[in-house]
Amino acid sequence: MGAQGNILFSGVGGQGILLASEIMAYALLAAGYDAKKSEVHGMAQRGGSVTAQLRYGDKVYSPLIEPGRADIQVAFEMMEAVRYLPYLHKGSTVIVNTQKILPPAVATGQTSYPEDVLNHISSLGMKVVLVDAFDLAREVGEVRTANVVMVGAVSTFLPMDASVYARIISARVPARFRDVNLQAFAAGRKVSQ
Amino acid sequence: MTEKTDNPLWMSGNEAIALAAYEAGVKVASGYPGTPSTEILENLSCYEGVYTEWAPNEKVGLEVAIGASFAGVRALATMKHVGLNVAADPLFTASYTGVRGGLVVLVADDPEMHSSQNEQDSRNYAFAAKLPMLEPSDPAEAKELLKQAFAISEEYDTPVLFRTTTRIAHVKGVLAKGEMLSSLVIPGIEKMPAKFVMLPGNARARRVVVEERMRRLRDMTENAPFNIVEEGDSRRGFITSSVSYLYVKEAFPEAKVLKLGMCWPLPEQMIRDFASSVEQLYVVEELDPFLELHIKAMGIICHGKDLIPNQGELNTAIVRKAIDPASVAELFAPVALPMRPPNMCAGCPHRGIFYNLSRMKLFVSGDIGCYTLGFLPPLSAMDSCVCMGASVGIAHGMAKALGDDAKGKVVSVIGDSTFIHSGLSGLINTVYNGSSSLLIILDNRITAMTGQQNNPASGCNIKGEAANAIDLEALCRAVGVKHVDVVNPHDINASRKVLDKALERDEASVVIARAPCVLLPEMKKAVHLPYRTQVASCTGCMACVRLGCPAISWNPVSPQKAKALGYKEKQKGFALINEVQCNGCGQCQALCKFDAIVRREA
Repeated sequence: MGAQGNILFSGVGGQGILLASEIMAYALLAAGYDAKKSEVHGMAQRGGSVTAQLRYGDKVYSPLIEPGRADIQVAFEMMEAVRYLPYLHKGSTVIVNTQKILPPAVATGQTSYPEDVLNHISSLGMKVVLVDAFDLAREVGEVRTANVVMVGAVSTFLPMDASVYARIISARVPARFRDVNLQAFAAGRKVSQ
Repeated sequence: MTEKTDNPLWMSGNEAIALAAYEAGVKVASGYPGTPSTEILENLSCYEGVYTEWAPNEKVGLEVAIGASFAGVRALATMKHVGLNVAADPLFTASYTGVRGGLVVLVADDPEMHSSQNEQDSRNYAFAAKLPMLEPSDPAEAKELLKQAFAISEEYDTPVLFRTTTRIAHVKGVLAKGEMLSSLVIPGIEKMPAKFVMLPGNARARRVVVEERMRRLRDMTENAPFNIVEEGDSRRGFITSSVSYLYVKEAFPEAKVLKLGMCWPLPEQMIRDFASSVEQLYVVEELDPFLELHIKAMGIICHGKDLIPNQGELNTAIVRKAIDPASVAELFAPVALPMRPPNMCAGCPHRGIFYNLSRMKLFVSGDIGCYTLGFLPPLSAMDSCVCMGASVGIAHGMAKALGDDAKGKVVSVIGDSTFIHSGLSGLINTVYNGSSSLLIILDNRITAMTGQQNNPASGCNIKGEAANAIDLEALCRAVGVKHVDVVNPHDINASRKVLDKALERDEASVVIARAPCVLLPEMKKAVHLPYRTQVASCTGCMACVRLGCPAISWNPVSPQKAKALGYKEKQKGFALINEVQCNGCGQCQALCKFDAIVRREA
């Protein structure tokens, strides 16, 4: 113990960020940490940029990560990996789902998708881990498990055993989706191991 | 790493408050959905032995809770900050009547306006209505404090205001189950006219009681367990409450802190003692200088809004920078990216109406709900939005101001739930005082924006059990509207004809655009045959792209590629439907003049 950390989840509404951050939170609680998590509901859910902020340690006061202090960012969409750049620091690890979801201005042809965003993060000295979560989820047979693939990918950067996550995932997803989610977790974990 | 053997609960502030209400023995809870308060009643409705309901608006919700309190049971009313404006009328007089069973009015503020039209500070209501107000800083504290609120309510014969913010309501934290409590009040009908009948004679007598109550509460706050001095370095002393306390603890962990769990009335002697024990006194609070003003009124010198912003949320970095500017580290510069604003869902019925409105050169008086997103490009079809229900009155006011110049040029747009909340009285006014403005009711059968709550037009109650469904057509006719049309908003061309005809009339008319929200569980379960693009037939006219549907994307092509695809060389691109996202509403097909959009066959 004594460790503490800040995990920033970013992506687009509807990608399953809340479930992913819940699994991470339960895993941290199981390891004996205090934790707090901040979410924004309502207007923000309708396909807009979405974040969840998860903080853990011996005792957590603020539910919000301070700019410059996110240790891990789990980005569920490529461009969303850079939207919250001021929250990151040189030692941050950025785990990126390489899926692209076109924002309205791109989808309607007014501007183009910023393709070079990941190079920018790498050039700032951060560790970038690329995960083709959508493809890995398709391989295990359920594209909707892409969020759990991302949990698997981030799990190797935290001290908890894979078995802790397996137990939590089993408890938190409907029984008929349990095996496919466990496979998704394993597939993601393999990427970053 | 060892695992904890005990089983702590991991709950949001709203879940914690629901559990606390259950443990406090609440018997009746009523409210209207509003971010960030909604999940309290949703969760409470799952506990045995508590009656919960969605009221048509916050005023009714509070009146129901007052009635339950008068009957001698513990009662809870929940609402967002702007909902308290609606409920302010009963609130101010319930302050005079006091309670029988404990009565807590929960109000969830939204600093930063994550999902609101203003960021008013509800603490001002505690001062104005002469009521005690409690403020927790996190879910665990919310749970403990809410249970104390009911005890205070009964002991001091007062409604208790309980204020959270987004960063309490929607923050998850660790907490524990607690003991079940109950009220000592015996439920039943008690006639207490001097207390319950607020005619001037009785109210004048109660007015005296209110002052006496506030005096007793002030005495209580001096030794209350929720107002705490945390010893520390006295060079800087902080008086703070709510989530601001957490930011102070992180930014200045060594400092001496007076943490107020009750922000009104204030423990004056405790504050004086604290102020004189520190070198520099800082008051750290979100939004208004509420604590600061009252502390300064005591003649105490302190820093407050001279340093701390009075707009938006605070956080640790803002608090640290405001008080110790030298301590702030440099951050990575943000990168300019295309915005990703919220958008109406693929297959949203509202889009069809707003597409039409966007082509009709009208002033669209809008309202509060998912459909407020009709303001955003590419539809950009909303010209005003003020508060729940305002669309109808504003359109009537414009029509009266401009006379014939407004004829056929002003419409109001309101959702089913918002119409029932407070749009109906506006419609009554439109008919009674005779203007020809058109009202469009976007009836998607649910209160969608706040996450699918049933309402009096849905046909179900809070638990999903069958309930009366208001007949909106009959309701509009009953208040005197002679022309009530119902359209399917997905049928863009047919809807347009009805709208055009309604705008020509010289008297009030209503068009009900009826199609269920695509996020309704039954809609999600249903098999939607998606549409797909026959790319070879697409001429790149962008008619479908202009719907702004998230399932349709524009794919630019070079002249060479256009030629290779068999297009005219000047064709700039083609539209493509993402079949996974498509909900099969068919609005885009109605707009395509080149048969380039077809439905997938079953």
